[in-house]
Amino acid sequence: MSSVDGLSPGFTAPVEDQQACFRAVLEATSRPGTIVTLAGPTRPPAPLGGAMAAVALTLVDADTPLWLDDAIMAGAAPSWLRFHCGCRLVADPSSAVFAFAADAAALPPLSRFFAGTDEYPDRGATIVVAVAALGEGHRLTLTGPGIAGTAMIATTGLQKGFAAMRAANHRLFPRGVDVILVAGNRLVSLPRSTTVSSPEG
Amino acid sequence: MTPKAAHDPDYNLGYLDEQTKRMIRRALLKAVAIPGYQVPFASREMPLAYGWGTGGMQVTAAVLGPDDVLKVIDQGADDTTNAVSIRRFFARVTGVRTTERTVEATVIQTRHRIPEQALTEGQIIVYQVPQPEPLRKLEPRETETRRMHALADYGLMHVKLYEDIARHGRITLSYDYPVLVNGRYVMAPSPIPSFDNPKMHHSPALQLFGAGREKRIYAIPPYTEVRSLDFEDHPFHPWRASNCCDLCGAADSYLDEVVTDDRGGRMFVCSDTDWCADRREAGHRGRLAGHALATPRADDPA
Repeated sequence: MSSVDGLSPGFTAPVEDQQACFRAVLEATSRPGTIVTLAGPTRPPAPLGGAMAAVALTLVDADTPLWLDDAIMAGAAPSWLRFHCGCRLVADPSSAVFAFAADAAALPPLSRFFAGTDEYPDRGATIVVAVAALGEGHRLTLTGPGIAGTAMIATTGLQKGFAAMRAANHRLFPRGVDVILVAGNRLVSLPRSTTVSSPEG
Repeated sequence: MTPKAAHDPDYNLGYLDEQTKRMIRRALLKAVAIPGYQVPFASREMPLAYGWGTGGMQVTAAVLGPDDVLKVIDQGADDTTNAVSIRRFFARVTGVRTTERTVEATVIQTRHRIPEQALTEGQIIVYQVPQPEPLRKLEPRETETRRMHALADYGLMHVKLYEDIARHGRITLSYDYPVLVNGRYVMAPSPIPSFDNPKMHHSPALQLFGAGREKRIYAIPPYTEVRSLDFEDHPFHPWRASNCCDLCGAADSYLDEVVTDDRGGRMFVCSDTDWCADRREAGHRGRLAGHALATPRADDPA
């Protein structure tokens, strides 16, 4: 498929692909710790990985202001996201409904994103963070709704204070932000209801 | 099971437009992240009146994909008007396979029952909800009930249950019996019989709730604590008619009472038609086995 001004295409079959991607994200969110694989667009602009691009095409639109970290803002991704999602980009993390970060090490504190209100906790942001790898590396223990007993995920590339930051977010419950970790086409969801602890400190 | 087919090209897949589906999908993900909390959503008009399952249909439409197998029940029955209409609707606008068998289904849309067959991982059950607010009969103002949920201030509900006991000696709710989800939100389980409440607790299936007229979506993720409200000295007691199914003899299923003549004749039958048909096929026979109500399944080729 030819591209206009270097703009690569979105989903090949938007209706079916969005449905498949949503079901994968729903599965991941209802069973935290489960790694799902998304069929993303063929050539998402760097540094967007397949899963991050697929989440954007599935859930982001004109109703959801989007915050991007510096790593994503630097490349061709902002215009790709504007074109395919029709979304507004915002510089202030606290006014974003979705936030995408390609550089997990430089992720701002979760407390800078909107955590919803006591009456409307659903307005809390969804933060999609790209990590170097899922399934290997630093281990996190998960408990909470959706998990029979405990679940374990391993990630590489999250900043050291993530578990503590995520614990502070969990204390706000039912307010809070929901975190989605992606690596390439793989995705794991850490909704606010999940208790995350780090056995390795 | 009906075969997979092409969907009616005059409609978008699943009837709803893509932006509506995105809006519902975002609401569903937040609902799963905050178990039992009612997420407001911009409910659309569907091609049937509010009160006939428009909320459940919108949730189903946003969830359903080409590989799904859909089952629709109305009070446990696959063959009643509402269930048949909704099943045909989705067969037409999505082309998905449909079934009456609980074990074959990946998505089950239900009005007021949970199937007797235990649900499994990977299944999604979508409830049609008339009134999502468990506190509404006690407090008519939305601003107030929302504040009560925000503060987890559920004293009013406990007073209502206490007054039931003081007046009648027991909690008199037999359906739409309020539950506490994940120790945080009091939630209306939709008008399922209290008999079905224990099935929600730690269910391996994902439970989604849609209220079209009231414009709310909520959810219970798998393996989540769902406790029916009660008191230490008046524990929760699921209600069931103390009879056996007259067709299949089941002594542990939820029963419907059917009046059979004008001289006081009546029979009790499983409300879950699939469960009852399975048991009859397995050779179980009740008091009135062979009765005209015990017709074979509609989707059986025989």
